[in-house]
Amino acid sequence: MSRIGQTFIALKAHNKKALITFITAGDPGKGLTVPLMHVLVEAGADIIELGVPFSDPMADGPVIQRASERALANKVGLKDVLAMTAEFRKTNTTTPVVLMGYANPVEHMGYETFALAAKAAGVDGVLTVDIPPEESLGVSDVFKAHGLDPIFLLSPTTPESRVEQVAAVAGGFIYYVSLKGVTGSANLDMDEVAQKLAVIRKHCDLPVGVGFGIRDAATAEAVARIADAVVVGSRIVSEIETAPEGECATRVKQLVAELRRGVDAASK
Amino acid sequence: MKLTDLPDSRGHFGPYGGIFVAETLMAALEELRVEYDLARNDPAFIAEFEYELKHYVGRPSPVYHAKRLSEQYGGAQIYLKREDLNHTGAHKINNTIGQALLARRMGKKRVIAETGAGQHGVASATVAARYGMECVVYMGAEDVIRQAPNVFRMKLLGATVVPVSSGSRTLKDALNEAMRDWVTNVESTFYILGTAAGPHPYPMLVRDFQCVIGRECLVQMPELTGRQPDAVIACVGGGSNAIGIFHPYIPHEDVRLIGVEAGGSGIASGKHAAPLSAGTPGVLHGFRSYLMQDENGQIIETHSVSAGLDYPGVGPEHSYLKDAGRAEYVAINDDEAMAAFHDLCRFEGIIPALESSHAVAQAKKLAPTMKKDQIILVNLSGRGDKDIDTVAKLSGITL
Repeated sequence: MSRIGQTFIALKAHNKKALITFITAGDPGKGLTVPLMHVLVEAGADIIELGVPFSDPMADGPVIQRASERALANKVGLKDVLAMTAEFRKTNTTTPVVLMGYANPVEHMGYETFALAAKAAGVDGVLTVDIPPEESLGVSDVFKAHGLDPIFLLSPTTPESRVEQVAAVAGGFIYYVSLKGVTGSANLDMDEVAQKLAVIRKHCDLPVGVGFGIRDAATAEAVARIADAVVVGSRIVSEIETAPEGECATRVKQLVAELRRGVDAASK
Repeated sequence: MKLTDLPDSRGHFGPYGGIFVAETLMAALEELRVEYDLARNDPAFIAEFEYELKHYVGRPSPVYHAKRLSEQYGGAQIYLKREDLNHTGAHKINNTIGQALLARRMGKKRVIAETGAGQHGVASATVAARYGMECVVYMGAEDVIRQAPNVFRMKLLGATVVPVSSGSRTLKDALNEAMRDWVTNVESTFYILGTAAGPHPYPMLVRDFQCVIGRECLVQMPELTGRQPDAVIACVGGGSNAIGIFHPYIPHEDVRLIGVEAGGSGIASGKHAAPLSAGTPGVLHGFRSYLMQDENGQIIETHSVSAGLDYPGVGPEHSYLKDAGRAEYVAINDDEAMAAFHDLCRFEGIIPALESSHAVAQAKKLAPTMKKDQIILVNLSGRGDKDIDTVAKLSGITL
């Protein structure tokens, strides 16, 4: 079983929900990503999503797009992201790392070459935002063959028939994007999310993470009550963006600790 | 499988095309695919589309024998398909009418669009006014400056123009932003995509709406010249005017199809917008096609004097036609396009769009290599009024 699967089993055994935190690799600086990954873990993250910078992040909002632009200005590409993961793995062999990004950098490297390198670097799962199951033939198979979990998105607009289709190819966990819209949008309708999760669970045994719109302990707690995992991205990236120089790690640590308290409050 | 039977049911032109979007857009694209499938087989829809093209756009657009230009260039006779004479001044309106009728069929009251040169934005704002819909146009901040007259036109037509300041501040960034709007407002909003690119079914439906150009030529050329042309030339940015004139000619195997990309400062300079001439396949904006990208798979900034060709990708069917050898793709530099622009002004009294000037420039290269009784058909995709500021600036003139 993958590190992702083991993590969810261990959490369940302790009656806990997972906190999945996202940062963009190379933001705010090339050398700051690995230390930040350790900070995330120390503050209570169970899984790290590492954004692979892309020039045209179509499905992301302005916060993550700006992070991508900063990372690209720091000349961080897919190879660097793999090197960062390998560096992180030198001292952390338990926290799962999921790469999240767009198809083109992976396609350009070659799916097979990428899968081999990612596995060797210690990557556990891959979410290519713009490869839906219809186009994933030969991609998710390659990932699975190399022991990488192919993570897929489901959204409020996904019909039940497609939930089945996604469940058939997905690995690791399902990432339910709880709002229509891009990353970083506001407002969450918990009843609507709960209804959709019931539909997803009917067709899929994988743990379900819910993301988009979670910004503090209260929203994290509300989501943790109904989901297996709480995914936070824009809020953390925004903290990185606005933190005064030198205070980035401290600010992120405070924020993630707060989110952790929210998630844990849900299991009390 | 015949070249004209594409795409397949999931939008593939061989390895190109497809649907590479986030899950949030899948349902909307499926809704559009289903609705378009019904519409294109609905005689009432076709009849209304044709009525609008005739009475609102002013079709058929003429084919014109550019005799003085042909004499000047020496060699083959050059004919111009006058899409510049359409209402709003370019081929773009053919497509926006088709999509606006689809939007109305689907009960969507709000339309959004991306635009580069502003032609598609104007064409979208026009149909939104015509059918009483709210219209928001996303335009790169750079292009808002370059194409100020079109920005004003859109506003006159009642559209909201949103300048996009992210990335390279041009067409691709406007497209990113339009996609984001669509993801957020998917239930109320129809996305009028401006070129034969994007996720399926856009490349197919935009092509279908633009094919009126080539179908008219198939009739007009024999009427005028007694036969079909030896070569058809069209500029290629996203490639909608080119696929519109090429596609009906695909079965006519002795007609050369030549797509002209923006060579910018020259292919060797790296400052261009010619993915078919100098790019490699990849995935961007929802489809697989030739792209301009760096060694890390990042999309690189493009350069062209013409905003409408300033795009790092190209419609997937062009990638397929290139690989299949059915169409040829070349690049024309800024300077060559500018020279052809002035040629057409001076010898024919036609001010062409800088985009279309690239196609004229290729005719200038090709004509002298052909006999006097041979025929080149150039798709004059748009008029150049919108470009006079750019041309004046490049000529060192202050208006």
